[in-house]
Amino acid sequence: MYRIIKKEILNPDVELMVVHAPYVARKCEPGQFIILRVDEDGERIPLTIADYDRKKETVTIIYQVVGYSTKKLSNKNEGDFINDFVGPLGQPAPIHKVKRVLGIGGGVGIAPLYPQMKKMKDLGVQVDVLLGGRTNKHIIMENMFEEFVDNIYYATNDGSKGIKGFVTDKLLELLENGEKYDLVVAIGPLVMMKAIVNITKENNIKTNVSLNPIMIDGTGMCGGCRVTVGGETKFACVDGPDFDGFLVDFDECMQRQSMYKEEEEHICRIGIGDGNNA
Amino acid sequence: MPNLSKVKTPIREQEPDIRNKNFEEVVLGYTEEEAIEEAGRCLQCKHKPCMNGCPVNVPIPEFINQVSKGNFEEAYKVITRENVLPAICGRVCPQENQCEGKCVRGKAGEPVAIGRLERFVADWHMNNIKNKKEDIESNNIKIAVVGAGPAGLTCAFELAKRGYKVTLFEALHTPGGVLSYGIPEFRLPKSLVRNEIKKIEDLGVELITNVIVGKSITIDELFEEGYMGVFVGSGAGLPKFMKIEGENLNGVYSANEFLTRVNLMKAYKKDSSTPVKVGKKVAVVGGGNVAMDAARTAKRLGAQEVYIVYRRSEEELPARVEEVHHAKEEGIIFKLLNNPVKINGKDGWVESMECIKMELGEPDSSGRRRPVAIKESNFKLDLDTVIMAIGQTPNPLIRQTTPGLKTENWGGIIVDEDTMKTTKDDVYAGGDVVTGAATVILAMGAGKKAAKAIDEHLKNN
Repeated sequence: MYRIIKKEILNPDVELMVVHAPYVARKCEPGQFIILRVDEDGERIPLTIADYDRKKETVTIIYQVVGYSTKKLSNKNEGDFINDFVGPLGQPAPIHKVKRVLGIGGGVGIAPLYPQMKKMKDLGVQVDVLLGGRTNKHIIMENMFEEFVDNIYYATNDGSKGIKGFVTDKLLELLENGEKYDLVVAIGPLVMMKAIVNITKENNIKTNVSLNPIMIDGTGMCGGCRVTVGGETKFACVDGPDFDGFLVDFDECMQRQSMYKEEEEHICRIGIGDGNNA
Repeated sequence: MPNLSKVKTPIREQEPDIRNKNFEEVVLGYTEEEAIEEAGRCLQCKHKPCMNGCPVNVPIPEFINQVSKGNFEEAYKVITRENVLPAICGRVCPQENQCEGKCVRGKAGEPVAIGRLERFVADWHMNNIKNKKEDIESNNIKIAVVGAGPAGLTCAFELAKRGYKVTLFEALHTPGGVLSYGIPEFRLPKSLVRNEIKKIEDLGVELITNVIVGKSITIDELFEEGYMGVFVGSGAGLPKFMKIEGENLNGVYSANEFLTRVNLMKAYKKDSSTPVKVGKKVAVVGGGNVAMDAARTAKRLGAQEVYIVYRRSEEELPARVEEVHHAKEEGIIFKLLNNPVKINGKDGWVESMECIKMELGEPDSSGRRRPVAIKESNFKLDLDTVIMAIGQTPNPLIRQTTPGLKTENWGGIIVDEDTMKTTKDDVYAGGDVVTGAATVILAMGAGKKAAKAIDEHLKNN
């Protein structure tokens, strides 16, 4: 059993939990994820790691309350226990020192972007971030980013924060203004990542994305998370979840993610939004 | 006077048309009288050929002798001297190729029903005797066992019996490995698996779930924490696909995903949190026990037509004869000598599978006749679900994170076959991670062999 040390409501849809999970906390790196089961007979829910504290042996997860299982998770409070919490799973994100990076986060995708950008800053990279959401309420963690990034931009559908429009609109504007980036890291709904890659490919800016396919065990066993990358089938749980965005077959990912659409209440995903903020 | 019947004492089973709609056990087991009657067929051969066929050396004539006298608990004690999982082995072992395959009675008629008797004894014990915690003097030597499947459970049991402090690490939330996620309830009830595992915990084995050795902690870190030996029984956890067009369409599963959803995550229950989609027309590609399990599960979940598509003929089907028989009784349609070449989709979902007819040519390296495609014999099966059950390769996580551990090109950990010792000091391995997907009992045999070798090595050093 894994104790919930802290719970915070970030906005009407999104919550944060700090969970005591020594094995995960000791080893996890940015880009990796965990799988939890709220209770006995619960679904296995994969969620990316938003932060961790090796000393306190805690891991921070941020999740969107979308379906049956995340609602069950949301019913838990500080001091309660989660039945199962396993990880770290997946490969750490490929973080190298470059001159300048732009991190783009959409919705709950902002959460896994955070540890990657923080680590890049520690390496001496110049870090800009662009955060998007439906409204200003849907933008999370901006204070945490503001602490260390060089520039921070926002895009909201209703213009309540930053520009009125999608993150892609802001990205185009930045590029047109002559901003130069060596790398883009985009994490958010598939449709957002696909749209970003369409732009960065044209501008020849290497782009890493983080995929969130359906998965069960997270150790390579079920093969449910298979994605086509560079024409080859990869398992996101052991080969990813981060991939070179230019090589990902996004249309296939979107199609596979819809497998359990009718059972929407049940869908498990790596804690990254569902297409409402691209 | 032995029972001279040429055939096994019949065993009660659920009717095929009833059982293919429920997940209750198919085979119902012997009564005490039936067990005694069947045990009477054993000739108590002095040379015990049956034992040579058993990878864990169960003293078969000795336990059957006790059954024939009605001493069921004595029989249980005899079996569990060598086999910690009798309720499981009695149900899922391929007895026809092992103990029963060597039985003298099999030369003129059917062999003694050793598997059914083993199952009877284990069930009798479970229903009549309360397990007691055993007091074993600890030698305070810590051993780590990776993977709580058949190999790991057996290794842990054997070491605990010898006084070692064993920690069993399991990646999933439930122990049992393939016994929990793979083999369906109707062939192996999960309550029984839990009961067998409880016995191992009662010996003092500490079970830690949700820890992935290779990710949560490495093997080198286990040694730093004071473990004196490590046994790796991490199984064959990477599903194979055919690499044909359309395999990533919605509606294509690996058998692992399909069976895990149903068995481990209980998707067959109406109120389950984990869903499973089974169409009206399902094809399972492959001919092993896993393929039979997937096909029979699909049928039980309401599929109207379920096919087994296998590229060789019935004779070469790797599944147990009993499973093939049960599958046929339950209405599974066998499309033998056929091989899929392409899966067609519509709007991203499986619509049909194109197959080509095969014929058998000369024997290949496996000794079986090689299937050869018959030109221009392609045909289409209308389907909405395809389940790939063509095998698994060893899970890659441990070899990726353990320097010094040599593996075969296909991923299997290389071991000395007598001791199961790997190329890394004090690390042993066994089960599917060494052999690729095989049987429960072979994995158990490997776990046992490794436990003996670990014990001998530590005693002598």
